[in-house]
Amino acid sequence: MSECEHRSPSSWDPCADARLHIVTGKGGTGKTTAAAALATALASGGGRTLLVEVEGRQGVTALLERSPLPHEERPMLSAPGGGTVSVLAADPESALMEYLELFYGMRRAGQALTRLGAVDFATTVAPGVRDVLLTGKATEAVRRREGHRGRMSSTPPGSPFAYDAVVMDAPPTGRIGRFLDVNSEVAGLARVGPVHDHAERAAEVIRSERTRVHVVTLLEEMPAQETADGLDEIAGLGLHPGAVLINMVRPQLLGSADVEAAHAGTLDRASLVAGLAAAGLPEPGDLAAGLQGELHTHAVRTELEERIRGELASLGRPVLELPRLARCSGEQAVQRLAGALTEQGVRR
Amino acid sequence: MTPETLDVDGLLDDPARRVVVCCGSGGVGKTTTAAALGLRAAERGRRTVVITVDPARRLAQSMGLESLDNTPRRVPLPEGTPGELHAMMLDMKRTFDQVVEEHADPERARQILDNSFYETLSTSFSGTQEYMAMERLGQLRESDEWDLVVVDTPPSRSALDFLDAPERLGRFLNGRLMRFLTAPAGSGPLRLLGAGVGMVTSVIGKLVGTQFLNDLRSFTAAFETVFGGFQERAERTYRLLQDPGTAFLVVAAPEPDAMREAAFFVERLDSDRMPLAGLVLNRTHPLPEGPAARLGPEEAEQAAETLSCDGGHPVAEAALRLHAERARTRERELLLRDRLLTAHPGVRVTEVAALAGDVHDLTGLRWVGARLAGGGPATEGAADAE
Repeated sequence: MSECEHRSPSSWDPCADARLHIVTGKGGTGKTTAAAALATALASGGGRTLLVEVEGRQGVTALLERSPLPHEERPMLSAPGGGTVSVLAADPESALMEYLELFYGMRRAGQALTRLGAVDFATTVAPGVRDVLLTGKATEAVRRREGHRGRMSSTPPGSPFAYDAVVMDAPPTGRIGRFLDVNSEVAGLARVGPVHDHAERAAEVIRSERTRVHVVTLLEEMPAQETADGLDEIAGLGLHPGAVLINMVRPQLLGSADVEAAHAGTLDRASLVAGLAAAGLPEPGDLAAGLQGELHTHAVRTELEERIRGELASLGRPVLELPRLARCSGEQAVQRLAGALTEQGVRR
Repeated sequence: MTPETLDVDGLLDDPARRVVVCCGSGGVGKTTTAAALGLRAAERGRRTVVITVDPARRLAQSMGLESLDNTPRRVPLPEGTPGELHAMMLDMKRTFDQVVEEHADPERARQILDNSFYETLSTSFSGTQEYMAMERLGQLRESDEWDLVVVDTPPSRSALDFLDAPERLGRFLNGRLMRFLTAPAGSGPLRLLGAGVGMVTSVIGKLVGTQFLNDLRSFTAAFETVFGGFQERAERTYRLLQDPGTAFLVVAAPEPDAMREAAFFVERLDSDRMPLAGLVLNRTHPLPEGPAARLGPEEAEQAAETLSCDGGHPVAEAALRLHAERARTRERELLLRDRLLTAHPGVRVTEVAALAGDVHDLTGLRWVGARLAGGGPATEGAADAE
């Protein structure tokens, strides 16, 4: 890729220490794909990572072209060099049940609450509670140490972490501030008690230096604008912005002089016709007219993309690019994108 | 596979058509589609209002308005335009307040509006935005001030939320939990629960705090009187959506996720007996007409390879590689489209080619509208050349 010279090899470094990577971005930018690629890149070389999705869409299994998951962690992808990516489709209802059981041993109460509609209540009507339950799942996995599950009090601080890194496929930029600002959300609901404590613990992880919020974008105006706004909002909340991931980057096929010529309409039609004839293609004249239209479109688009790329670079965050993959999908695509991230210096 | 074409102008011109709902997942261009349809309808003589939920000022500005709020504002259109275009942006809290004020006596309305639980409910209940969008649609439709109401639905977590939100809110407000929290202890259905009432209340109290429970109790008591009105309205709006005067357009971009959501939507509309007009396939990459349309990706790639070996034709080589890429993109788009059409035969389709940039003004919206109606230049390059 010709943009390589823009990047310094150390650009990812501030993010390398992070244990929680939160991936947001405008709707439709491919957050799930980018998050899966990041989790795979971070697992490569014998690492263990967890990819958590919180939107209840089973986006990861759809991406990997597999059937939906139960709401528990399971290894789903292997990374180059022996790493493993586990996936969790977090669900507020099962998180609440698990939580009640864990802290109160109250499975029966949980069932009674379900029948009453209280679970519905806690997970849909009181969105603060819902968000705390979901961020709580991710932050619990960040803190978890080997051989122990859940109860923080019984975790020996010396044993290694269960996961080297946790990647969260988070809500879109429009809702990310509210989602991550668990503390103030819950402040209005629970001022004391276990939900409050739970929120405190989650917030501590989310506010930590070792949590980074990455924003996925496209080389288009609206997603780029939301990226700038999103990074501002994240910094404003006292959280730590991470990288800008530009998704679906198209290959550069034309040199900049040709792009200009194509845009200005001064590209030499005769030489294009001659080239097509030399390649043995029929109707080179009419074909050239069609291709010239495509070149023009491409040139207009390329110039716009260059402008947006410059705007994104000026945000002062590490910029990573993920190529548009026309010929592969599913797990193969995730692996290819993870490889692209590793090449750009993504590591843990 | 050649899909049946969606006749957008026929849809907009039909005097019996009073509501058009644009739905689809986030980031597919719903808002722009809704605005473009509204403009086209106005230019074809209808008095139109567009309800958007997108707070981006860009759209307001593209229509020549500084900003949008909960009241429809008239969009300045060129003189001689036969119809009118008005636009508004949903303010869900304001809309919710109005409904409460309309259904409760002033004192009770005050009690509700001042309650801190109401604050949570009206600003952040998941689904309030969807519910209020439908409420606002109902209001505008009932006012009979408009020939046509075009609605842009919220970018929900699930694209289906706006159909479910009224029911979910109703189920919650009228549900066992609320009755339980407000009923005298030991009465009604609670005896059947087996679990101690006190214990359950205490768990809820522990989880969310007792202050919140108290707010919730007083809210429920005050809200009970207006609830019937709420439910009745929600049902009326639901029936309005099923009315033959309503048309749903499912908007999608030709990407797997968006197309999957679109398919869910088509199924859901069908099972809820909501009238689907068709699919808007946005941001596609059609090939230019003529021999370029017949030059497949492999063939183009091969020709580029030939030129690459000989050298000397770098621009033709790049043009062929570019075409190969575009033709491949096109193949993938058609595959995604046909997959949906195979599963849902008979869905009518209209396609809007990708624009290089965003729509910034009425000219851009007009261009999108022309493409929606199947006319105008096929590609953005041609539009730029105009």
